[in-house]
Amino acid sequence: MREAGAKPARPLGAERKLKISKGLRADFLSSFIAFALALVIGAAIIAAMGKDPLKAYAALLDGAVGNRNSLAETFLRAIPLSLAGIGVAIAFRAGAFNVGAEGQLFIGAMASAWVGLSFPSLPPILLLPLMGLTAMVAGGLWAGIAGALKAWMNASEMINTIMLNYIAVFLVSFLVHGPLQDPSSPLGQTARLPRAAYLPIMLPGTRLHGGLVLAVAAALLASLFLWRSAWGFRIRVVGKNTFAAQASGMRVNGVMVSALVVSGMLAGLAGFCEAAGVQHRMIENISPGYGYTAIVVALLGQTNPIGVFAAAVLFAALQIGASTMESAVGVPSSVITVIQYLVVLLLIGRGAFDLIRGKVMALSRREKG
Amino acid sequence: MKDHVERPGDAGTPLLSMRGISVAYGALRANDGIDLDVGAGEVQALLGENGAGKTTLMKALVGLAPIEGGSIEFDGKDISDISPLVARNAGIGMVHQHFMLIPTLTVAQNLCIGLRSEGYPFPNYRKITAKISGLSERYALKVDPSARVADLSVGEQQRVEIIKALYRGARLLVLDEPTSVLIPQEIEGLFEIIRNLSAQGTAVIFISHKLNEVMSISRNITILRRGKVAATRRTSETSAKELARLMVGYEMGDLPAAPAISESSPPVARIEGLRFVDSRKVKKLNGVDIEVRAGEIHGIAGVDGNGQVELARILAGILAASSGTIWLDGKDITRLDVARRIRSGLSYIPGDRQRTGLVMDLSVRDNMTLKLSDRPPYAVHGFLDFGKIRAMVEESIRDYNIDCADSGQEARTLSGGNQQKLVLSRELRSDPRLIVAVQPTQGLDISATNYVHSMLLERQRKGCAILLISTELDEVLSLSNRISVMYEGRLMGTFDRDSADRETIGLLMAGKQHA
Amino acid sequence: MLGMISSPVVNGFLSASMRLAIPILLAALGGVYNERSGVLNIGMEGMMIVGSLVGFVAAYFIHDLWFGVLAAAASGVLLGLILGFFVISLSANQVVAGISLNLLCMGVTSLLFRVVFGVGTAAPRVNPFAAVPIPFLGDIPVVGPLFFRQSPLGYITYALVILSFFVIYRTSWGLSIIATGENPEAAETLGVNVVRTRYAALMISGGLCALGGVFLSVDSTGLFIDNMTAGRGYIALALLILGRRHPFGLLAAALMFGAADAVQLRTQILNIRIPFQFMLMLPYILTMVVLAVFVRRIDSPAALGVHYKHGGEKE
Repeated sequence: MREAGAKPARPLGAERKLKISKGLRADFLSSFIAFALALVIGAAIIAAMGKDPLKAYAALLDGAVGNRNSLAETFLRAIPLSLAGIGVAIAFRAGAFNVGAEGQLFIGAMASAWVGLSFPSLPPILLLPLMGLTAMVAGGLWAGIAGALKAWMNASEMINTIMLNYIAVFLVSFLVHGPLQDPSSPLGQTARLPRAAYLPIMLPGTRLHGGLVLAVAAALLASLFLWRSAWGFRIRVVGKNTFAAQASGMRVNGVMVSALVVSGMLAGLAGFCEAAGVQHRMIENISPGYGYTAIVVALLGQTNPIGVFAAAVLFAALQIGASTMESAVGVPSSVITVIQYLVVLLLIGRGAFDLIRGKVMALSRREKG
Repeated sequence: MKDHVERPGDAGTPLLSMRGISVAYGALRANDGIDLDVGAGEVQALLGENGAGKTTLMKALVGLAPIEGGSIEFDGKDISDISPLVARNAGIGMVHQHFMLIPTLTVAQNLCIGLRSEGYPFPNYRKITAKISGLSERYALKVDPSARVADLSVGEQQRVEIIKALYRGARLLVLDEPTSVLIPQEIEGLFEIIRNLSAQGTAVIFISHKLNEVMSISRNITILRRGKVAATRRTSETSAKELARLMVGYEMGDLPAAPAISESSPPVARIEGLRFVDSRKVKKLNGVDIEVRAGEIHGIAGVDGNGQVELARILAGILAASSGTIWLDGKDITRLDVARRIRSGLSYIPGDRQRTGLVMDLSVRDNMTLKLSDRPPYAVHGFLDFGKIRAMVEESIRDYNIDCADSGQEARTLSGGNQQKLVLSRELRSDPRLIVAVQPTQGLDISATNYVHSMLLERQRKGCAILLISTELDEVLSLSNRISVMYEGRLMGTFDRDSADRETIGLLMAGKQHA
Repeated sequence: MLGMISSPVVNGFLSASMRLAIPILLAALGGVYNERSGVLNIGMEGMMIVGSLVGFVAAYFIHDLWFGVLAAAASGVLLGLILGFFVISLSANQVVAGISLNLLCMGVTSLLFRVVFGVGTAAPRVNPFAAVPIPFLGDIPVVGPLFFRQSPLGYITYALVILSFFVIYRTSWGLSIIATGENPEAAETLGVNVVRTRYAALMISGGLCALGGVFLSVDSTGLFIDNMTAGRGYIALALLILGRRHPFGLLAAALMFGAADAVQLRTQILNIRIPFQFMLMLPYILTMVVLAVFVRRIDSPAALGVHYKHGGEKE
């Protein structure tokens, strides 16, 4: 067997690249198939309602990307989905289930609005970063509660992040109906933010704001972080095998908590974008479930930050197109919600094909034997 | 090949007849066209190295392995379409190496799981207890039906397993490496039970890789090698030497001898008064003192579960000791975390390489990088330098002769031997001062085992201190300069290699100071 | 002293505690089956909300509350089967599959409710079950209002608690479930069909979760509201830990959560000066406290959450 050692060193780098792109292609393919199948099932549901699925999807597409404004709306919607989704993906990579992006988003938005209202005289160049940082710190701390409970008490971070969602929503509800309520309105909202706290508009005449830059940057930096940094390497190792990670000298708890905190920071940043970029104040319904959709987006994007961004744009298009579809064809927009979640079930159910193939093969073997 | 298989013809049709059994796990062919015959009341040994396919064949027999081809006949009936239920109804029982008992339930409850005949839907425990007493008496197998399995000793649990099989009407009993969990003195008791069973007509298949056991208990021996039948022999007509040759395929040479160490070589590691109480308040370590000198392999012998795993994990820094001190090169490392211990020169080769040794889902390269993610030049300013890492990985693959397609291959897809080489390459590359190696050759074939042994000996020659923890007494005896015996969290004694004899060590492994 | 114990305020509080405890109790009771058999059911929340809707719709159109209850249970069993397909047959990650099921169910119920009843009309209602106090028993101080002034569905819940205790600890099938959860390979060698046992456990679990859900719609309120389960399916997961996966333990634990809910409702009515949002947080904070304090103190089934393949092959 000694000869094997003498074999010429192959250009490992080239092979590695080939391998990764192969894995990427498989990931992309399975996501694509799941998405396409979900659309087909969605079409069947629409048909069952007595509507024409093709017309419905045409309206959907038109509503999502048909003109400059709808395109801007689609990307606007993709901002919170991708930021929170990338966060969820990073936690996933560390083996932690962050189902609490919704709550972290609420807390982040609240904190940034509070900063914006507290320092109305600061120039945008100072105020906006301050608000964004506060949102990240707040969101990170909120997720960190679940992380700390996981690390020290071994309490399920999945359940705790969900519980923290409810607590966050009630906390925000208290604040916007109580101490921080807009005195001129009976609604659950704060006063309007100062102009300096508005995120700049990127596409004039639309609502698309500078948060898109943050989302793209987050996707790129998160990729760099996961695959190039030592900390990202540790996150991936801990997510695959905590025992080996521990035996190699990694601080498993620290790594897991850090991933949850980073995850919460990104969700908090998503909250900042909503408060400073869209609502220009904090309202009690700041998110229609972005944090939950973010989980699906993270899975559809195969927990790859770039993939998550793409999935977020796709889902944003679905959501934005849905209302056009509802008004034009009369299909309830919640069909889209169902399609979104079908995507995940199909994605995690892709093993079904292997199962069926195995069963068929076993059967044919039995018959032969 | 078939012509070479000599079949000692027993008169009449055998009780069990397996023909051309093939089992594959993925790409691995664990069994390849195996034939096996066992007569009623016969004790048949199944001999082979780790990984020869013994356990797989027996799992196939009781319906727990995916059979691809072949036929099974039992008592004249074709039962090729085997499942656990079919095997049980036919009268085939198996005592697995890892006991198939539910620790939280009582003996009686364990016996009636899955049996409708013992009262359905409400099990009739009075009837079950009576039946257990009957079997206990008949085969001299003492057990308490109302005891919780978790509270029983290993030997008692084994008896429960045997009763369980008999309870279900087993006429053929498969014992998978039954002596591996027993101390030498308990083994004789087990052999008594086996002779008893055989005398009353129960056939026994005895799986082992230990020649002397096989020679003393069996009537016939089937030797497996690499998933195939290498030979069958009548025990009375063969010798241990011939069996050894058949088992490994060539004459076994003497194991490499460890060079003696001088009294004056300095101690590298000192462990003083190490105690550990686990979360269930069980005392796992009861004041362990060990000294490992430079250039010494210090072997820890003992039956599985006497605190060896805890000792290793505490040394590695994964588990915190309740009290005691660990010195490495004169430095107290008791309070250091894993990373700092590694930096102090400690290497750990864990016993469960698929769980603690490797990240099976990550590539060869990532597995080699595991301990380097905080260390220049591989990590600078928090970022990994892939150029440096790639050079290191390619060098390791070459030096350790790891058989993989490329460094991106997942560790899961490597063979056991190559997985262990991967672990070795990572753990030895930092020139450690102290290596803690747990069961370093478990599940490996002969050539991989020899490779691992030679790597450890090479380190020993270079002056490294090695603590070798193994339940394979032969491995400990052949590699170690000094041997300590561990029993219930205590060291029963320490011997120089030359003054160690098997008998004394066996007694100490059983917790007995003097016979 | 006795006068205070049996005052109407206290009595009302006690029976409200029980009433609020029942949905979580039913879901957690279902969880006993699947967790004892070694499978996680993170999909309890989704199964509950589907039970709420299906039961409500069936009761609304057939004008029979009991029909609604049966329909809900059936829908839960079906969801248990579906989740089983994913986590048992396809060996999907049990947490991911459960969360996905919950999100899907949340979307589907919201969609179906709008499709069936249209948007913007007055909220449809059914006449919910009425409380049926049991004579004499219902008049015992403390115990009476706590246990014996409930609706029929409440009494059925008690029966299910007792029944589950017997099934798990006294029957041979219960032994099979425990064996499957502790050591599936051993169970298989003993002739237990691990896959079938786990499917059955998940389907029972689904049915019980859906009963918990239908209790909210056709018993407590007579309404269906989007997301009306409000995380109870997740709270039930914490309850399983607090109640040590034992039916009677769950009963006690569920009462604690019911009481937390009842306190919150009372303070809203009594106009106590604590902002009501903080009272609403109570059950969720309680869940976190329970998890933090108790998780380390109980022994979980050894094979819980670990996928099992025929022949004991490890993943």
